[in-house]
Amino acid sequence: MTLGFWAIVLLGGMAVTYTTRLSFLVLIGHDRLPPQIRRSLRFVAPSVLAGLIVPELLLADGHMPATLLQPRLIAGLLAAAVTWRFRNTWLTIAVGMISLWLLGALLPA
Amino acid sequence: MSSDHVAAPTRAGAFVEGIGDQLPILLGVIPFGLIFGALAVSQGIPGWAAQGLSLFVFAGSAQFVAAELVGAGAPALMIVFTILVVNLRHLLYSASLAPSLRHLPSRWRVPLAWLLTDEAFATTSARLNRGVQVHAEWYMLGTGLTLWSSWQVSTAVGVLLGAQVPAGWSLDFALPLTFMALVAPSLVDRPALGAAASAGVCAVVLAWLPFKLGLVLASLIGIAVGVGLERFRKTVAGVPS
Repeated sequence: MTLGFWAIVLLGGMAVTYTTRLSFLVLIGHDRLPPQIRRSLRFVAPSVLAGLIVPELLLADGHMPATLLQPRLIAGLLAAAVTWRFRNTWLTIAVGMISLWLLGALLPA
Repeated sequence: MSSDHVAAPTRAGAFVEGIGDQLPILLGVIPFGLIFGALAVSQGIPGWAAQGLSLFVFAGSAQFVAAELVGAGAPALMIVFTILVVNLRHLLYSASLAPSLRHLPSRWRVPLAWLLTDEAFATTSARLNRGVQVHAEWYMLGTGLTLWSSWQVSTAVGVLLGAQVPAGWSLDFALPLTFMALVAPSLVDRPALGAAASAGVCAVVLAWLPFKLGLVLASLIGIAVGVGLERFRKTVAGVPS
C-alpha cells in the first residue's frame, strides 16, 4: 500500500461517488429526463428505503434463517405497527430497540 | 418526526429542523462509524487512510467494501470501480431530489450533492413528502452536516480507540427503524405501497448479489411496479395517462 495506491483509491473513490451524487442535481439537467421517468421518481424513496429495511429484518448474516421466530423480525414488525399508528420516529426506535433486547433475552439463540 | 416544526419559517429554523431529524439516525450511524474505523485498522489500513476514506468518499457501505478489498490485496482501480458500483443508488437519490432543488443556484447544489447520503436522502425526501418545501436547502445542509461531522468523528474514534460499543446493544438496528418511520408517510396509495413491498421482497431475494447490486435492482423493480400500478389505476379509472 504505497502513497500512489492511496491517491488512486481516495481521489478515484471520491470522484466516482461525487459524480453519482452530482448527476441529476448538477451535471445532467433534470428536465432532460423523459416525462415518464420523471413521474416514476416519487417511487424512489419508498423503493430504496424498503430495500434497505426489509433485509435488515429478515436476513441473518445475509442468509434466510431457518425459522421466522427471529428477534429482529418480530421487533421490526412491532415497530412498523407503532410507526403506522403514531408517526413518531423516537417512539418507533424505542419500541423497536426495547422489544429487540427483550426478545433477544427471551428467545433461544 | 416533530410536527411542531412543519411550518419552518426561517432559514435557521429549517437548518435546526434538519439537525433534529438526523439525530435518531445517528444512533445507528455512530456505532457504524466506530466499527468502520476499527475494522479498517484491523485490515492493515493506516489510520490517516481510513479517515481519508470517510473524508473523501463519505459513503458508509462503500467504505466497508473498500476496506475489505484493501485487506484482500485488491488493485486500486478495482477498488475504485467497486466503490462506483456500490454507490450507483445515489443516481436515484440525485434524480429524485432534483425537481425540488432545481431552482437553487449551483453554489447551493454543488455542496448539497456532496452531502447526499442514504441518511440525508431519507430525511430530506421525507420532509418534501410532507409537502414542506420552504428552505429545503437549509434543511438539507443541517441534516447533511450533522451526518457528515458525526461520521468523521466516529471514524476517528474507531481508528484511535477501536469499536467500544458492545455488539449486544444492537444499535445498528436503529437505522432500519428510523428509515421505517421516515418511509411510512410516503406509503399513501397502492402504487407506493406496491413499490415498497416489491422492492423489499426483491432486496431479500437478491441479497446474494455482491456490491449492493441487489438493492439497486430491487429499487428499480420497485419503481417499475409503482409506475405499473399507477398506470393500471388510471386505466381502470378511465383517466388518460
